[in-house]
Amino acid sequence: MDDIVTENLTKSYASGWPGRPPFVALDGLSLAVRRGEIFGFLGPNGAGKTTTLKILLGLVRATSGHAFLLGQPVGDVATRRRIGFLPESPYFYDYLTAEEFLGFYGQLAGLDRAAINQRVTDLLGLVGLAEARTRQLRKFSKGMLQRVGLAQALIHDPELIILDEPMTGLDPVGRKQVRDLILSLRDCGKTVFFSTHILHDVEMICDRVGIVMKGRLVASGRVDELVRQDHTRSVEVVCQQLKVEGNAFIHSLATRVLQQGQQCLIVLPSPDAVDALVGEIRRQGGQLLSVTPHKASLEDLFFQEATQQASRPLSHMTSGRAS
Amino acid sequence: MGAIGVIAVNAFRESLRDKILYNLVFFAGLLIGLSVLLADLSITEHHKVIADMGLAAINLIGVIIAIFIGISLVNKEIERRTIYTIMARPISRASFIMGKYLGLALTLFVNMSIMLAVFLLTLSLYHVPIQSSLFQAVALIFVEILVVTAIALFFSTFTSTTLSAIFTLGLYVIGHLTADLRTLMINGDSGPLKSLVDLLYYLAPNLEMLNIKGQAAVGIVAAPGYVVMASLYGVMYAGVLLTGACLVFQQRDF
Ligand SMILES: Nc1ncnc2c1ncn2[C@@H]1O[C@H](COP(=O)(O)OP(=O)(O)OP(=O)(O)O)[C@@H](O)[C@H]1O
Ligand SMILES: [Mg+2]
Repeated sequence: MDDIVTENLTKSYASGWPGRPPFVALDGLSLAVRRGEIFGFLGPNGAGKTTTLKILLGLVRATSGHAFLLGQPVGDVATRRRIGFLPESPYFYDYLTAEEFLGFYGQLAGLDRAAINQRVTDLLGLVGLAEARTRQLRKFSKGMLQRVGLAQALIHDPELIILDEPMTGLDPVGRKQVRDLILSLRDCGKTVFFSTHILHDVEMICDRVGIVMKGRLVASGRVDELVRQDHTRSVEVVCQQLKVEGNAFIHSLATRVLQQGQQCLIVLPSPDAVDALVGEIRRQGGQLLSVTPHKASLEDLFFQEATQQASRPLSHMTSGRAS
Repeated sequence: MGAIGVIAVNAFRESLRDKILYNLVFFAGLLIGLSVLLADLSITEHHKVIADMGLAAINLIGVIIAIFIGISLVNKEIERRTIYTIMARPISRASFIMGKYLGLALTLFVNMSIMLAVFLLTLSLYHVPIQSSLFQAVALIFVEILVVTAIALFFSTFTSTTLSAIFTLGLYVIGHLTADLRTLMINGDSGPLKSLVDLLYYLAPNLEMLNIKGQAAVGIVAAPGYVVMASLYGVMYAGVLLTGACLVFQQRDF
């Protein structure tokens, strides 16, 4: 079963000027997050991550398309009892102490006093704020707000947890704690959907990812699958005693040619061209030193999608081709 | 306690921790005290001046608090984005508005009670007889403040804080003038001006109906039926505005 489903979600914001067309923040975004998985929602600044999350939580209305949480259409008030949400750079009632703050959200979720006390103690310990229990939130640092916000999202033990950039503003230790926390949530059978632009975090903990650019989902699937697709793309060949300058054949195969002293680095877009290149190197009397399939990461995929998106009208030009 | 109650109690708690309120209530006390000084200047109507000034001070400070907090009640939540996590909870937008309103009404009730206590204390210190008409006047001031709060809240669901303040203040002034204006107009000609005044008369709240300060200060007790009817009118007017506020708020993106 899918805990989050969006179908052709579109959101356009009025430009505020008559005659100026509206700004399209989401453009037919469809994705599905399965029960019990950690799903990373990746995208550069302004891609539409927060907009998507806001639509899911009913804070913003989609211009068209549908979205469902736990099988119910978004906007269904009762379903929200089973959902936890942390917005990006959260800001809360700063006149409340951490304890009162969490208590307030517990009450909104319909918990009784005893349950609230227990959860508050547990969660403040979990996010490392046990000593700040009776401190007012206006005296909290950015990272502490992020942590108490995370506790807020979990106070009612939700089934589905939606987090907008949960690691932003945290120190390396805090970041690791949040990663561990997300993993332990999955171990308890929860579904976690979070947005981020930190690829490393995604690679480490996500079961599946979706990459959104300019309001469109450009890739989605298991991290290893996505990266493997990319894997086939580039191979680095190093050779020496080869005169590449003026060799039109090599230049037509490679995406990049670098001459460094005696050595020459040739980057091929896919392994398919390796045989042809090696043959050519032999013919020219060059000496082959190494053939390395480029170890791709999510980062490469991310950049590749980003450059493709940025240069969509000029997509026939490959970046970095030697001249 | 339902979600509305939770929101209301928290809104009340928020205002308790807001220093502006204490300053304003302190200021009201000061004004009431000042009335004693002024009363000393006029030997003949000593009692009336103290009662007059006291009621006016309670009314003024109450309206200022109502506008001040009313316009920022919801806007502040949107600007500071505190609303995101609240709207992500199992609570409807209408419940949120109602909870906020009730919380502020509770705050205003407590403030009014404190001001009333200071007022009564001043009266008894200066041996001014305390008449039931004074309680009637304060009760209707409270109803007026509930209406003003609803106006402020209504505007703040679709305009900026500054515009809401201007509109609310404008409607408050018009609400006190329409009855007079209309009386003037009845004798005058009929024209576009008259239609405008008529329109305002029917749209704006008739706040003069809730103003019995003048007669109360001299001890004229209003008919209980009148107080009940005027209160009902005020509460219904506030109810219509709150319904409007909920409807507008329902459509908003955050
Ligand atoms: N209220 C709004 N009015 C107009 N445009 C908006 C509004 N909110 C967002 N946008 C636009 O929609 C686009 C997507 O914004 P969104 O906040 O979803 O991006 P994001 O992926 O969360 O970016 P970031 O990583 O910076 O948080 C942006 O170009 C933004 O300018
Ligand atoms: Mg964002």
